[in-house]
Amino acid sequence: MRKLVILGGGTAGTMMANKLRKALSRDEWEITVVDKHRTHYYQPGFLFIPFGIYNRSDVEKSKSDFFPSGVKVIYSDIDKIEGEENRVLLDGGQVLHYDFLIVATGTQTRPEETPGLTDKLWKKEIFDFYTIEGAVDLQKFFKTWEGGKLVMAISELPYKCPVAPIEFVCLADEFFTRKGIRDKVEISLVTPLPGAFTKPIATAMLSELLKSKNINVIPDFYIERVDNDKKVLVSYDQREVEFDALTIVPVNMGADMVERSGLGDDLNFIPTNKFTLQSEKFENIFVLGDASNIPTSKAGSVAHFASEILFENLMNTIEGRPLTAKFDGHANCYIETGFGKGALIDFNYETEPLPGTFPLPGIGPFGLLKNTKMNHYGKIMFRWIYWHILLKGKELPVEADMTMAGKKRVSL
Amino acid sequence: MANKEIAGKTVDVNADGYLNNPSQWDKDVAIEIAKEEGIELSNKHYEVIEFLRKTHESGETLTIRKVGKSGITDIKGFYELFPGGPLKISSKIAGIPKPSSCV
Repeated sequence: MRKLVILGGGTAGTMMANKLRKALSRDEWEITVVDKHRTHYYQPGFLFIPFGIYNRSDVEKSKSDFFPSGVKVIYSDIDKIEGEENRVLLDGGQVLHYDFLIVATGTQTRPEETPGLTDKLWKKEIFDFYTIEGAVDLQKFFKTWEGGKLVMAISELPYKCPVAPIEFVCLADEFFTRKGIRDKVEISLVTPLPGAFTKPIATAMLSELLKSKNINVIPDFYIERVDNDKKVLVSYDQREVEFDALTIVPVNMGADMVERSGLGDDLNFIPTNKFTLQSEKFENIFVLGDASNIPTSKAGSVAHFASEILFENLMNTIEGRPLTAKFDGHANCYIETGFGKGALIDFNYETEPLPGTFPLPGIGPFGLLKNTKMNHYGKIMFRWIYWHILLKGKELPVEADMTMAGKKRVSL
Repeated sequence: MANKEIAGKTVDVNADGYLNNPSQWDKDVAIEIAKEEGIELSNKHYEVIEFLRKTHESGETLTIRKVGKSGITDIKGFYELFPGGPLKISSKIAGIPKPSSCV
């Protein structure tokens, strides 16, 4: 019996388990998934919780609902991977041997990495919405908050879902407008990036949008610490930003298990071939989703597109062929912009987000880099697609490789 | 692509003034670019620049955090050496590409 082990049963690991169980004979291949948590969260939904649009029950399901039959599932912490020995040690002493290993242990928030962040204001006036607990706490806080300086800050790059903070400030603008206290709420986006987003054309569009909503962007701000007494963020070059309520994206890091295995970089992300998705260190270890260091967004759409490439390359290597499938870094992100509208960006390693239509050239129905109602519906519909199609590893009518069809080349 | 005269040498730079070819870099080029940025290079600056060039050559992505863990300087010190945008400015002086955040 040959053995394939998948570490992590989140978006990436679940998709791969479904694809591979269908493709690999049950007589020849044993597939095992290891994860410490039993709940699968629809993480794109966390954004909506602080504003009461979604509640906890809208984003939670049992992980076991999404694993195919014929896959062995172990709920356990992982001690470490021993790549030289082709085995994984679990907490409690269990040992899993493998022929191929897929690491999909994702990224986690580490608020304790920023001095002062988890001090006395944490969960009182400082929140995150990248965890279910944080999102729910923030919902409670916003219900009675009477206004002041609301700061959305990003601690470190890279972080999961690069557009989420932009969506957060747009939804906050709508939320406080509807509450009738928008004039009492000053909204700022604090980022270590030189602008609202990384790529110039999308940044120009998004900056304009934020300006029209009276949201300040404070760029090039790299947070050193949080001063709880003065209620300010302090940057490494000693600039300060005052807040009354702070929503923060804490430092993102890969799993501690990666560090214990000696496989990670300084943020515990795993050096990975950005085209083949093979680990740089071991030929039979592949990395999917946020756990890798490939230079594209940490986002579910990336994990989805990459999963098709990884599937092809795994089948190649299992059947003795070279790794011919190449990932292009394709990402596709809906951006909620408030008041029932949304924008959409589609890009890869080489091509920055451009205006146009998606997925059908000239038709859409979605508009790239445009603020439309249809894009918002796309985002809302996506939750259904996620639970029913995407996680199950079924085909979506969107290609893994990004296409230029429907995009317009523009210059600034 | 454009050619620019720096320290008596013709070097190939992009629209933002970053060298397109790190091998055209030498110390005189560094001094000249640093001057344009209002920085006089000390030994500490050179140590950082050397670290940047080596890391870039090995194919690793550079981050402010990585420089802060290099043992040469901490993040605060890095900001003091290259005020404003330490990684952007130091990369320019080191003759390596403008750091791109790939989120």
